[in-house]
Amino acid sequence: MNILLNGKRISVSLTTLQKLKNSLYKDSKNIVTIINGYQTDDDISIKENDEIVLIEKGKLPPYEQLEAMMCARHTPKVHNKVKKARVAVAGLGGLGSNIAVSLARTGVGTLHLIDFDTVEPSNLNRQQYKISHLGMYKTDALKREINEINPFINVITHCVKIDESNILSLFKEDDYICEAFDNPDCKAQLVNTVLENYPHKKIVASSGMAGYESGNTILTRKITDNFYICGDGKTSAEIGRGLMAPRVAICANHQANMILRLILDINET
Amino acid sequence: MITVNGVKTDKSINLLLLDYLMEQKYNIDRIAVEINGSIISKKNYGQTIINDGDIIEIVSFVGGG
Repeated sequence: MNILLNGKRISVSLTTLQKLKNSLYKDSKNIVTIINGYQTDDDISIKENDEIVLIEKGKLPPYEQLEAMMCARHTPKVHNKVKKARVAVAGLGGLGSNIAVSLARTGVGTLHLIDFDTVEPSNLNRQQYKISHLGMYKTDALKREINEINPFINVITHCVKIDESNILSLFKEDDYICEAFDNPDCKAQLVNTVLENYPHKKIVASSGMAGYESGNTILTRKITDNFYICGDGKTSAEIGRGLMAPRVAICANHQANMILRLILDINET
Repeated sequence: MITVNGVKTDKSINLLLLDYLMEQKYNIDRIAVEINGSIISKKNYGQTIINDGDIIEIVSFVGGG
């Protein structure tokens, strides 16, 4: 019987998970067992083409097994598709930094990160940066952070302010684009320019995620097959209403989830 | 009868999109407009006529991110 064990295709005659573990490890109690995306301690029969990952707790695995272990909790077949995808994240603030980290954890093969700004103390209330990143360009800080989270992601960065003059060249190679700006004029400009000039690219934008109103009001809406928008559509950042980590991250992950769904050929919200 | 953002509206037809947007007090720099599934280029707002039965989505962008 052929199975995929820690990312490697092997042939086994053993018929259950427990027998497999006993054959490989002295103390099978110290082994995390994941079969077809599901972590279990049960003794389950092994079937042809099962994807099994066995992780010895507290031990750094060989580099060539690391990627298979990291994506072991994904639904089977998802990893191959997301690994081939390339996603652009326009703006690396509260939305963009959270989107990029979620997509990196998901194993999206290529992330194209764009921002002109540096990390400031006021960013740390909601963005995926740390004290050690203060003063760094967000592109450099996030690339370093993603490399710590998932070193198998190809991260391309552009430290540049996005405007009408460079949108078409910047996003030429990206199939999927996340609009993650703060400024509403910039949001509209990016969305309009992409949709008018690149009818086959998919863009997931955002509008309305400030404050601490109910998280349940943040939704993903489909406008066309290529245009989706996340947020509550109205709650802007303004004097007396700031941007807080929970709602911004909810909105960012609505965007990341829609991107994942589009990569997996699901066009509905 | 036209449908704007899911709401049926009794609007006189042959109305210019730009006039409708101004009348409804939309900020032109902060929206994206789709009519019957197609995005309308900003430079065409002044030449696009709203017809009877049109289904229009006007997406407004507010600040924050």
